[in-house]
Amino acid sequence: MTFLLRRALFYLITLWAAITANFLLPRLLPGDPVQAMITKLGGRLNSDAMASLYVLFGLDEKKSIWEQYVDYWGALLRGDLGLSFTFFPTPVADVLSQSLPWTLGLIGVTTIIAFLLGTLMGVYAGWKRGSWMDTLIPVTTFLSSIPYFWLGLIAISVFSVTFPLLPASGGYAAGLVPEWSGEFVGSVLEHAVLPGITIVVSSVAGWILGMRNMMVTVTAEDYVLVARAKGLSEKRIMFAYAARNAVLPSISGFALSLGFIVGGALLVEMVFSYPGLGYVLFQGIGAKDYPLMQGVFLVITLAVLVANLLADVGYLLLDPRTRREG
Amino acid sequence: MNFKTKLGLGILAFFTLIAVIGDWIAPYDPSAMSDDLLSPPSGAHWFGTTMTGQDIFSQVLVGTRGVMVVGLVCGVLATFLSILVGVTAGFLGGAADEALSALSNVFLVIPALPLIIIVASMLPSADTVLIAAVISLTAWAWGARVLRAQTLSLRRRDFVEAARASGERTWRIIVFEVLPNLMAVIASGFVGTVIFAVMLQITLSFVGVVSLSTWNWGTILFWAQSNQALGQGAWWWFVPAGLCIALLGTALALINFGIDEYANPRLRKVRA
Amino acid sequence: MSPVLEIRDLSVDYGSLRAVHDVSLTLEAGEVLGLAGESGSGKSTLAYAATRLLQPPGRVPSGEVRFKGHDLLALTEKQLRALRWSEIAIVFQGAMNALNPVISVGAQIDDVLRAHRPGLTRQERTNRGRELLSLVGIPIDRLSAYPHQLSGGMRQRVMIAMALALEPEIVIMDEPTTALDVVVQRQILGQMMRLRETLGFSIIFITHDISLLVEFSDRIAIMYGGRVVEEAPAAEIYRAAKHPYSQGLLGSFPALRGPRRELRGIPGSPPDLRSMPTGCPFHPRCPQAMDVCGERMPSLDSVDERRRVACWLEEVHV
Repeated sequence: MTFLLRRALFYLITLWAAITANFLLPRLLPGDPVQAMITKLGGRLNSDAMASLYVLFGLDEKKSIWEQYVDYWGALLRGDLGLSFTFFPTPVADVLSQSLPWTLGLIGVTTIIAFLLGTLMGVYAGWKRGSWMDTLIPVTTFLSSIPYFWLGLIAISVFSVTFPLLPASGGYAAGLVPEWSGEFVGSVLEHAVLPGITIVVSSVAGWILGMRNMMVTVTAEDYVLVARAKGLSEKRIMFAYAARNAVLPSISGFALSLGFIVGGALLVEMVFSYPGLGYVLFQGIGAKDYPLMQGVFLVITLAVLVANLLADVGYLLLDPRTRREG
Repeated sequence: MNFKTKLGLGILAFFTLIAVIGDWIAPYDPSAMSDDLLSPPSGAHWFGTTMTGQDIFSQVLVGTRGVMVVGLVCGVLATFLSILVGVTAGFLGGAADEALSALSNVFLVIPALPLIIIVASMLPSADTVLIAAVISLTAWAWGARVLRAQTLSLRRRDFVEAARASGERTWRIIVFEVLPNLMAVIASGFVGTVIFAVMLQITLSFVGVVSLSTWNWGTILFWAQSNQALGQGAWWWFVPAGLCIALLGTALALINFGIDEYANPRLRKVRA
Repeated sequence: MSPVLEIRDLSVDYGSLRAVHDVSLTLEAGEVLGLAGESGSGKSTLAYAATRLLQPPGRVPSGEVRFKGHDLLALTEKQLRALRWSEIAIVFQGAMNALNPVISVGAQIDDVLRAHRPGLTRQERTNRGRELLSLVGIPIDRLSAYPHQLSGGMRQRVMIAMALALEPEIVIMDEPTTALDVVVQRQILGQMMRLRETLGFSIIFITHDISLLVEFSDRIAIMYGGRVVEEAPAAEIYRAAKHPYSQGLLGSFPALRGPRRELRGIPGSPPDLRSMPTGCPFHPRCPQAMDVCGERMPSLDSVDERRRVACWLEEVHV
């Protein structure tokens, strides 16, 4: 499995780069916002919390940058991301572990739906080129040119304010306690509809377009002509010969665009006050809560890398050329 | 050139014009308050007013420049970076290629938005040009990746091989033999980067990490959101700016389709 | 002998440009008909049009293709699909891309059987796949291999095995061995000819390499600028080609047997569809061109019972 090993190695390098950037940023940029925060909070910080903030943000001037770097890694490996100023005195790690499931649920599911839906529509649009499907292209281009968050705002204004059909904010109805009950799950699903549709509508266009263009390119390949000469059914040619090959670049594209899509989707969480990482990040920005913002960045990067690795596994299963020769 | 491309260029030209003359033709000072609080569109205020009576039409006109400047600056900077990294990687090959490709991929995979939010909020003054520079640093990777692949295939073509064999200097081959053949890819990368930069800048303004002292379409949306425009039914506060963004984005995407169809004839419409 | 395929006055247009002009050809049962010409001569276009594999903007404005009493050009999609591969199979040029890179060769053979022989069980189809591979001399365990794991020659053999899966009446070979080295080329063609003798199908063999046609085909039709310019038994063409273009083609390849000849190419380049010369399309490159050649196209006339030539030189002789 050299292919997967090489990819995994690359993701480790990427993770290292992200962590190191996180380490360097507060030390390189001018100003000492964290120091200011600590001064403001004053005696409310206990000595342990103070120490970890010193390690994370390099406030200890006496240590060399290398010692700071080693301490930083030590803190990370212990899962110590400092205290959140916004949710004082909750540790950042606790805030993140509460909001991560919401983000994984909402963004994970909607991204997969958008990918599958867009790819399928792209397959048809590319195969039936010149049909009515072509009118989809300008429409979806327009939709994809709208920022995710603005579409979210419009969705709220139409479906929550003008026609109060669906809830505009939160992850579940106020007053409910998170538990495995029909009422709670129903409420979660109800709250996920608007943000979910917003993310799907905004991101689906890219997949349609990419897949359509790949289908058009692949349809001119010899093996598609051979499939036709073989007298196979239209469906079989379209899926097993054309789409099966056209989807490969789409999957590599999926992996690479994930970082971008997740960025847009986090904004949707903000607009809908959805209790995921995006909303937490938004609250952190307002309070200049650097430990929290950096923690969100690390967790999102980690999630994107894991998703990338999963996409690679999918690619491996679909393209025999990446498997080891046997 | 087909209709779609012309339409895209037309819309782009329109916004460019507004970016230049927006300040002069704006009927009001965009920041000036008035007694017309939160009033819907009317003859006096085409796009209505804000909570403090500011004219939204003037805000949109004046804000166009900030959007276009960031798009242009990022487009130029990031395209330059992507040519530098992509063409070098594709042309040199070997270990240099491996390293540069890995670098571009790292930048592609790391989620840019949270990173830029952190950087922008740590900067003491996040003004337009500084933001443009920060966005450029994250926006070059996609173009570099595409350019590398194209350069790689160009490098094996006869005319490049011939130039190498005749002992031509590397930079001369790149500038005179390789770059002219990459123009379509570079152009499409430039347009793509402008889209990316405009979206990112507007998003950052909306989130509130960019200095609010200069107007752009994102700051309009920031004020609309922070004043609960939605809950008050003040649709005019956030609809015009959003539509402008979508229109500009669509125009740029249409231009890019034109470039793609020019570069890849298979995508052109079949005449039956 | 009786004809299995008759092409009558077939023309092909690409948009407003005519790529093939009123071509008539007959394929007799069990024979190998060679179709020669430079790239752009319309030889592949002709074959694709006759089998209705032409992609838009290509279309057939006029003509008839008769196979077993049907006009292929008039069949419905469903009738056509049933007839494809089971009666007319094609070995495509450049076997690299003719095989789907992401599914195993076994699955690609299986595809044909599943579409055309729905009665077969999975086991029977696998057995048939193995049988076909051994027919073309490939170890049967390669059935699960993917195209990229096979050499160019092996891939071409797989294509042939696949073409024979339903025991078709006609196999069209379009530049089947162009990418292969000379030794493998002749091995594969030799094997194909032996298979033809045992299985009894007819072959249309399309290639730019006329020396292969002289060696492996019974009859040769030479195309230039979308027209057949000469048609005769292979031996006749080799011994005494009448059309100056045929003579030029023969001069461009080294002969494998017989006396050494001087190797020379044809000066100039094949005509562009968009600016066809008036009269005989070959006249700008023809060493024996006369005034009339630039004015009118000579018709394809029989000079004896086995040979047809479209050249003013022949008209003058008559």
